[in-house]
Amino acid sequence: MYETSDIRKGLKVLMDGNPFTVVEFQFVKPGKGTAFTRTKFKNLLTGGVVEKNIRSGEKLEPANVEERAMQYLYKEGEDFVFMDGASYEQVTIVAETIGKDHDLLMDNLECTVLFFNDRAVGITLPNFIFAHVTATEPGARGDSTGNVLKPATIETGAEIGVPLFINEGDFLKIDTRTRSYVERQKE
Amino acid sequence: MLARDADVLRLRTAEGEVSYSPAGSASPGDWITVVPGQEPQISLAFSGGDYPDPSSEVFRLPQARLDGLRVRARVLAEIRRYFAEQDFLEVEPPTWVRSPGLELHIQALRAEDGYLITSPEFAMKRLLAGGLQRIYATARCFRSEEEGPQHALEFTMLEWYRAFACLEEIIGDTEAIVSRCMMAVRGRAEALVGNRAIDVSPPWQRLSVREAFARWAKIDLLASESADELRTKLVTAGIAPGTATAWDDLFYLAFLERIEPALAELDHALVLYDWPAPLAALARRKPDAPHWALRFEAYVGGIELANAFDELTDAEEQRARFRAEQDERRARGLPVYPIDEKFLAALREGLPPCAGIALGVDRLAMLAHGAEELRQIAAFVGDEL
Repeated sequence: MYETSDIRKGLKVLMDGNPFTVVEFQFVKPGKGTAFTRTKFKNLLTGGVVEKNIRSGEKLEPANVEERAMQYLYKEGEDFVFMDGASYEQVTIVAETIGKDHDLLMDNLECTVLFFNDRAVGITLPNFIFAHVTATEPGARGDSTGNVLKPATIETGAEIGVPLFINEGDFLKIDTRTRSYVERQKE
Repeated sequence: MLARDADVLRLRTAEGEVSYSPAGSASPGDWITVVPGQEPQISLAFSGGDYPDPSSEVFRLPQARLDGLRVRARVLAEIRRYFAEQDFLEVEPPTWVRSPGLELHIQALRAEDGYLITSPEFAMKRLLAGGLQRIYATARCFRSEEEGPQHALEFTMLEWYRAFACLEEIIGDTEAIVSRCMMAVRGRAEALVGNRAIDVSPPWQRLSVREAFARWAKIDLLASESADELRTKLVTAGIAPGTATAWDDLFYLAFLERIEPALAELDHALVLYDWPAPLAALARRKPDAPHWALRFEAYVGGIELANAFDELTDAEEQRARFRAEQDERRARGLPVYPIDEKFLAALREGLPPCAGIALGVDRLAMLAHGAEELRQIAAFVGDEL
């Protein structure tokens, strides 16, 4: 069990059967009284955030969650297959668990897979991926400010906003957290 | 991002890349302020050569921190000016004692075969019993297990006491000191919490704890109800009590969930008075309502700034309360500190009727500076030590 003094960002705890991670915490002590840790938890399954005041002396139950680095291999029907590069163990993850970022997955991409009670419950992509543009309007010469964006489809299937000077076949750096263009890369 | 070749600084910012050839030269550890459309400003926090190794980053502090320390010094100077005008005597109570306070929620730091003070209260009251009538101290205090934006293990407490006075005079002092400190630093009787201005011009609004619970928590707090009854009241008010079963834990849970957020919304300072008797072990009870004690707390922008008592002067009642606190500490597995017999002896000798207060100087400096964390107005705290 964890004590309130163990609370720190990233601590994984079990509450009402759900795994949560601590995203924010603050020591508070109203009116010379009981000490509490005002804590914001993110539900690792739903992403929902809850705030709780944990009294000093209260215990928190550790959640059986594990993060493993795994490579994305291929899509199988509606499911996605990943492999643990160390053990070669493969797991199949359903589309619902992958969530909206399924169209940023590319072969051999190193992701972090979250397991809760040994079941895969979520993935985190690397912060940046590098991908070719497969379709976009032809590039406009002269505009290099990057202030105006146009849609472009990249090889993973996602559509993102890119500057006007980008052409089909260009190789881009993309921030997966914001699903946005960062810069054009030399291959 | 910062790159440096020869004497040209290149800064990559959200607005684009800026090149800059400083008139002087910048070194690692210097602070560079970039305002879009203007030349970047390099500030050498310490440019003099009085330090053993001026190139060491250890000797360079950000300008904001230096400003915070100046605010703190102004606040302390204004406090001393006020008490000089009021004909108070500044005293220096000991920091090392054999018996720290017994309050349940304040844990002392062990030092040799004694403790560091959690408050200078006992020594101050012995001085009052000894014949001094108006005294104040800015004491370094230590409370174990406290660390956060508004809490540090070591902090500065301003305490002052007036013999033959009651809480009304202490409220007047508090209003004067806080508004004068804000005037001295900010030029107006306004504290700053983040970006919010809080009016601290006297007189401050007042609210009893009972009224606050009725207004913000929808709880009819009697202070005489049992812990079970209070737990039921919390549940009815929609506050999940969790595993809390003790009366004080339930009280503070409701306070934290409902009262503090409401206090933080106020745009003016507030005196929160008449606290439940069990939460004021050193205060006199209200003669006409013995479940309530003559205690007030001053809140500015949701920050608990000061705590005052109309002081208990009855040695036998004080001993009984200390014993009860010791028993409760034992029951909760907390360290049981010895009773300060010299303090009780002073009460027996005769402590005049008096009122006193403890005010957090660090928090006062935060309010004058608009700081949201102690580290912005302290030399070094927490992980910087």
